[in-house]
Amino acid sequence: MEPFYTTDVLVIGGGLAGERAAIEAAASGHKATILSLVPPRRSHSCAAQGGMQASLGNCVKASGDNANWHFLDTVRGSDWGADQEVARMFAEEARVAVREMAYWGVPWTRATPGKNSYFIKGERVEIDEPEDKAGMIMHRDFGGTAKWRACYASAGTGHSVLYAVDAEVSRLGIEVRDRMEALSLIYDGDRCWGAVARCLRTGELTVFAAKATIIATGGYGRIYGKYTTNATINEGTGAMLALNTGKVPLGNMEAIQFHPTGLWPSGILITEGCRGDGGYLVDKDNHRFVAELEPEKQELASRDVVSRHMMQRIKDGKGADSKFGPHIWLDLRHLGEQHLKTKLREIWEICRDFAGIDPVKEMIPVRPFQHYSMGGVRVDKDGHAYNMRGLFAAGEAACWDMHGFNRLGGNSLAETVVAGRIVGQRVAQFVDGETLDVSTALTEAFKKEQEARIADWMSRKAEGPSVYDIRDAMGEIMIDKVGIFRTASELEEAVVGIKDLLEQVKTAGLHNSKPGVNPELTFALRLEAMLKLALITAKGALERQESRGAHSRVDFPQRDDKNWLKRTLARWPVGASEPVLSYEPVGMLDLPPGERGYGHATRIPLEQSVEDYNASVAEAQKAAGKQDTVEPMGSQIQWGAWEQADTKAASS
Amino acid sequence: MAENIKTARILKFDIFRYNPAEPDKPPYMQRFEIEEAPYMSLFLALNQIREEQDSSLQFDFVCRSAVCGSCGMMVNGRPALGCQTLTADLPEVIALHPLPTFALIGDLSVDTGRWFRGMVDRVNGWIERETEFDRASIEAPMDNETADKIYEADRCIECGCCVAGCAVANVRPDFLGATGLNRIARFMMDPRDQRSEQSWFEVVSDAEGVFGCIGMMACDDVCPKDLPLLEVYSYVRRKAVASLFSSGEDHPARREAEKA
Ligand SMILES: Cc1cc2nc3c(=O)[nH]c(=O)nc-3n(C[C@H](O)[C@H](O)[C@H](O)COP(=O)(O)OP(=O)(O)OC[C@H]3O[C@@H](n4cnc5c(N)ncnc54)[C@H](O)[C@@H]3O)c2cc1C
Ligand code: SF4
Ligand code: SF4
Ligand code: FES
Repeated sequence: MEPFYTTDVLVIGGGLAGERAAIEAAASGHKATILSLVPPRRSHSCAAQGGMQASLGNCVKASGDNANWHFLDTVRGSDWGADQEVARMFAEEARVAVREMAYWGVPWTRATPGKNSYFIKGERVEIDEPEDKAGMIMHRDFGGTAKWRACYASAGTGHSVLYAVDAEVSRLGIEVRDRMEALSLIYDGDRCWGAVARCLRTGELTVFAAKATIIATGGYGRIYGKYTTNATINEGTGAMLALNTGKVPLGNMEAIQFHPTGLWPSGILITEGCRGDGGYLVDKDNHRFVAELEPEKQELASRDVVSRHMMQRIKDGKGADSKFGPHIWLDLRHLGEQHLKTKLREIWEICRDFAGIDPVKEMIPVRPFQHYSMGGVRVDKDGHAYNMRGLFAAGEAACWDMHGFNRLGGNSLAETVVAGRIVGQRVAQFVDGETLDVSTALTEAFKKEQEARIADWMSRKAEGPSVYDIRDAMGEIMIDKVGIFRTASELEEAVVGIKDLLEQVKTAGLHNSKPGVNPELTFALRLEAMLKLALITAKGALERQESRGAHSRVDFPQRDDKNWLKRTLARWPVGASEPVLSYEPVGMLDLPPGERGYGHATRIPLEQSVEDYNASVAEAQKAAGKQDTVEPMGSQIQWGAWEQADTKAASS
Repeated sequence: MAENIKTARILKFDIFRYNPAEPDKPPYMQRFEIEEAPYMSLFLALNQIREEQDSSLQFDFVCRSAVCGSCGMMVNGRPALGCQTLTADLPEVIALHPLPTFALIGDLSVDTGRWFRGMVDRVNGWIERETEFDRASIEAPMDNETADKIYEADRCIECGCCVAGCAVANVRPDFLGATGLNRIARFMMDPRDQRSEQSWFEVVSDAEGVFGCIGMMACDDVCPKDLPLLEVYSYVRRKAVASLFSSGEDHPARREAEKA
């Protein structure tokens, strides 16, 4: 392969966000090039089954839905951690984005008029769907929303949407370099000019020089080792590209979502549906401990609560043992064969295929797992990174930030295509006025740096712990001490533990020095950055002395709007041994901070007036590195429009 | 299954090894032994081998839940997804080879990605239409039965197992294979696609398309997603023959169909 390649827009990441952004750039006449660790259709986006939120209001349980409702649910879900202007842009554009996907071929499940039968809170309910919505995109119910809003394509939403978007990439003839891993950005002061990438077929390095670069590398759940529902490739290589510049901050890395039931030990997601239908969680003594601890909601208490009880049980030595470590049992046997093989067919199949278990006769080993990363590369509403012109980010890799401290199910797939559209347009506009003004001396220097890193690893023979041992130790620390429920003392231990692992990496070596792509080297090149992300997550969680959304501090159980209505920003100055944390206001507030209606009962209110808070945002964010956006801050907010959504109807 | 493993078996993996970066080392089979564990899939087993015994071993897993299509490999001579294959269902000696018909990247890793992008480009595997999306318009209605039918065909995860198991694909590198025919069927049945019968005919009519298939249905047996490849084949063939008659073109397949 050629060692030097030029393009207008370099998109790092071939998942939904990256491909959708590339299409936007290409459609405006620019040359776009996509890099991906794997063929794009194998990106993690393909694993999302449930659905994609858009307020089309196409069935009875969705009637009256609109962007105001969607905005409200998203901001509440975020526990007010979201940037509300971005949440508004998202809620409006999601409707367009989902319809565009229909245009591109997604076989969305459609509304069927007449009697439809649904399961609502475990009961069969019949609803007459109206004639006038016949054949429109259908919705299903997801947690945390006032209306049925999730659009879905049978049980394979992510798959079908990714295939439709990738088909569009092919139609437009956009070049995709798969098995190509970006190792480092190329930048000149505060201007990004592309990336150095390593071919995962041959191990060769290539310079990709570009007028604009987009990071769309997805989540980084693998900093939790094997304790994640994420794919094996979600190792935070994108966040690290930004972090290693020393300038670009990562936002809210402590905001991590967990899911109580991943299949043990593989971490494959077992949906909530099985508990919704009456499944039990039992410990090694066959005791239904969750039902005992939560007499009212039993196994259906919120995700966070159920996960905490499960982890506590395991800590108390009451988990069931297995070769891979202790776990909890999910018991569905009493639901009966008929039910399991029809209504819960997918779960039945997962158990059969990946655990060799027949849930009709046997219990299922489960445990809480990391599931989603709300944090990521901090960008403004145009998707432009802080402190670095020409660098953008979109999708799960970005902290744009519509999810704040908790993302709603179905909102992340929607984010990928919405952000892809919006950020892609902004990138296209940015590129319009730019020429590729980068010297080969600069690109060569960045390439040499990577060559040196590789040579260094290749020269180090493994004596102490292997790179895999270090990874496993990191995973144990993260799930144990930076998990679902957090305390100062455990977080402090985590910080110490991860720092120690960072020291170990310096002397770790490889067990083989084979030429070519060398999978051990490939992983070793990622490990230090994974530890840095882990450390930032732990530190951010330690410093944030409140509970907000998915961040639950046992020692600070209240949400604290007085002191913590702000976003954590983490940078890692070049050569430093620790990250630097700072804070900025979350963004302008349209919906004033209030109760979510679930989760934490109490909070410490904002002392300032909303007006004063809002007046401080622009300057504070600018000081944190935010660039000038194409349109001024606040221009997309529809002040007070959320009041048009009837809050009473929502709670009924 | 836990009860079959009262005393854990020692599994013997015979794995095909070849690293293209070491061209003078010919391919060979290497044996690894590991103790079987409950719920052990080839995903867990191969990672354990790489992390404990030979860190240079190449293979591909992404989702480890049979949705991404990365991990097709020959398991005791049969194409299968590694992540979906449990050791409990296999004998003690397990031979693993890379999928044939695809370019080899190294050991068990093959280049299915380029093959599939090539296939999509050849059959124009997207919604062909004259117009562009209008952001102000609402979606065109579609009945749910049609949506379900399209989804059924859309489910292919591009793992390549059907191609690897196909006698024709093994000798004709350009043959579209069952997955290619399935992709064509997916767009043929989609009312949003505006291609004419004639233009479809051009895609499927040569020996690399539907008339190259000998209909033995090895593909149908090995598809890990249980796609109805037999139905797909008959559907595409029917359509192709129909457009052949309407075009009046002389074609060996037409003569054959007329004889029948
Ligand atoms: C099991 C599961 C189920 C889910 N279900 C739902 C759901 O029902 N609804 C919903 O809304 N959300 C769901 N989510 C979340 C959602 O799927 C993801 O947030 C979303 O798909 C992320 O898309 P993305 O484009 O940002 O990243 P990804 O799809 O992860 O793509 C990342 C891309 O970046 C590439 N890449 C990474 N690093 C590099 C590098 N260094 N160089 C080059 N390329 C690189 C990868 O190859 C890949 O192509 C689910 C998540 C999980 C784990
Ligand atoms: S029927 Fe036989 S020849 Fe035709 S695609 Fe399937 S395996 Fe190949
Ligand atoms: S048709 Fe089946 S076997 Fe063939 S590529 Fe698709 S999923 Fe794999
Ligand atoms: S790893 Fe995704 S299909 Fe096997």
